[in-house]
Amino acid sequence: MSGTATYRDAVRAGIRDALIRDPRCFLMGEDVGRYGGCYAVSKGLLDEFGPERIRDTPLSESGFVGAGIGAALGGMRPIVEVMTVNFSLLCLDQILNNAATIRHMSGGQFSIPVVIRMASGAGRQLAAQHSHSLEVWYAHIPGIRVLAPATLEDAQGMLWTAIVDPDPVVIFENVMLYNMTGSLPAEVRPVDIDKAAIRRAGTDLSIVTYGGSLWKCMAAAAALAEAGIDAEVIDLRTLRPLDDETIMASVRRTRRALLVDEGWRSGSLAAEIMARIVEQCFWSLDAPLARVCSEEVPIPYPKHLEDAALPQVSAIVEAARRIMGAR
Amino acid sequence: MTGAAADKPHLSRAHARELLHQMQRIRSFEEKCAELYTQEKIRGFLHLYIGQEAVAVGVMQALEARDGIVATYREHGHALARGLDMGRVMAEMYGKQEGSSRGRGGSMHIFDAAGRFYGGNAIVGGGLPIAVGLALAERMRASGAVCVAFFGEGAAAEGEFHESLNLAALWRLPVLFVCENNLYAMGTALRISESEPEIWRKAASYRIAAEAVDGMDVVAVEAAARRAVHSLREGEGPFFIECRTYRFRAHSMFDAQLYRQKAEVEEWKKRCPIRMFGDWAVAAGLLHPDEIEAIGREVEAEVATAVRFAEAGTWEPVADLRRDVMTPGEAS
Ligand SMILES: Cc1ncc(C[n+]2csc(CCOP(=O)(O)OP(=O)(O)O)c2C)c(N)n1
Repeated sequence: MSGTATYRDAVRAGIRDALIRDPRCFLMGEDVGRYGGCYAVSKGLLDEFGPERIRDTPLSESGFVGAGIGAALGGMRPIVEVMTVNFSLLCLDQILNNAATIRHMSGGQFSIPVVIRMASGAGRQLAAQHSHSLEVWYAHIPGIRVLAPATLEDAQGMLWTAIVDPDPVVIFENVMLYNMTGSLPAEVRPVDIDKAAIRRAGTDLSIVTYGGSLWKCMAAAAALAEAGIDAEVIDLRTLRPLDDETIMASVRRTRRALLVDEGWRSGSLAAEIMARIVEQCFWSLDAPLARVCSEEVPIPYPKHLEDAALPQVSAIVEAARRIMGAR
Repeated sequence: MTGAAADKPHLSRAHARELLHQMQRIRSFEEKCAELYTQEKIRGFLHLYIGQEAVAVGVMQALEARDGIVATYREHGHALARGLDMGRVMAEMYGKQEGSSRGRGGSMHIFDAAGRFYGGNAIVGGGLPIAVGLALAERMRASGAVCVAFFGEGAAAEGEFHESLNLAALWRLPVLFVCENNLYAMGTALRISESEPEIWRKAASYRIAAEAVDGMDVVAVEAAARRAVHSLREGEGPFFIECRTYRFRAHSMFDAQLYRQKAEVEEWKKRCPIRMFGDWAVAAGLLHPDEIEAIGREVEAEVATAVRFAEAGTWEPVADLRRDVMTPGEAS
């Protein structure tokens, strides 16, 4: 596939490629088959690969995620789709107590090569129970790897890299990105999942972010450039393990950092990265660190309140200006 | 009503009119909602109940004001049948602060303390343990009240369904489980998601009194609910009713319905609970066709008033964003 495509197409292309390349791969989850996926990611795959490899499951998150872990233990390479992170709370036990621990508890005898994908994030007026950003909960867990592709290339390429990874990988797809368009390389290329990416080089401050917030930060950086502030934007890509090297090298250059994260402020991924910057680059800093996170409220339904609860471009610009003023 | 009299629907003219009126209110309200959704007055997810009205209306006939209710994201019908003001429900759909949840919840989260309506829950199966807990509270307070949980057949695959049934049966709690079996959980047909597609049998395996009824027949639903609630009030433990019904519309406004045949939908529409009951009531001499028309006019007027109320509603100030996260005041 080349030319214009959506993020959704990119994820689908990645899944398709994996199913073609490795007969041990299969996709399972709620409504992935006949319905075509709740975000239309898997549309058409049932016709192409059949019901053995595109498996519709009942509403049993704990059951089928656990079965994915078991199938991985048994030699398969399952791709398990949990509709959204909101429902993943019903299978958190399987991910935390089984997927993340079996290798360690067995003294290294077993690996769990399962890939678990889920949509995440707010912005569609779906109210409190359907708007969570809980990436940091997963990034807290030793024993799994956590990815947050923010570009079409990553959405497509990270999947294969995740599949060949011998350990459990959780992939977060931000709901606001599915319709984002761009171009895809004609051939699916695996991408590295060890490094953060500098999406915009700059010299005045480092804005560190991931997932859906990346594009808000890019817009903020463009606005800041007009005001003569040259921001560097770092896309974490991998939330666990964090690529300290790229982050610290950037902060040492710019001497200022702003963290942007759609999670709630307390205990956010932003908080963790701030702690690491203080631990590793304290003497390089020219200004206090700052962060833009979600307000600490369940996400409300009305648009104006939802907007006010989430990180927005204007708030990012404002926070960056404050840091620059505090020279 | 007490005892045996409470077991049976008493089909007077007034009651027949009430049943038809309630079902038509839900139908017209939701048809308006669909229209308002395309005008972007209502946003987010909107799950219409159209086709299933006989279930909410039938069951509510058996309840008293003291009884509690837990529902799902497809709960407009239950809220209206419970007696919530249509204007406040419509304002909630808009997200206005005059809404039943002050606009914070929207279509999927209608709550009403006065009506003991404990929400629209948007996590499938999430309301079932809550209903068990409410019933536990009734039992421990010896209040004599019961609690009803409405949910779809899709929820029967969740662990919370099984855990709730077991707890309720084990502790003999006054919970009425009402499974609205509309044959599809989003795009997943019952036949490909359950090894035992007769949902009521699962309840029976937990030693819960269980039966299946025609969910398109409001009188049959009411009769079953009256029997069930009578048994709950007698302290006989939980009761389970599987209502066989069908949703005429898409799962939500984003659904292309690739998973079912148009002919199947048309076949079910012939069993429209409102038309069937109206025709029957006319044939039985309980209602005059003029009266049915009058109901239509009343309902149109009520819906129009509700829309005006919602339109005139106000947006909560952004300064209040963080309210209602924790309870203010002293510990009680
Ligand atoms: C735990 C959980 N998993 C998945 C979903 C997404 N989802 C919302 S409604 C639905 C179908 C539920 O079907 P059913 O219980 O039969 O109720 P119906 O929608 O037919 O009223 C699904 C899969 C959810 N809300 N919660």
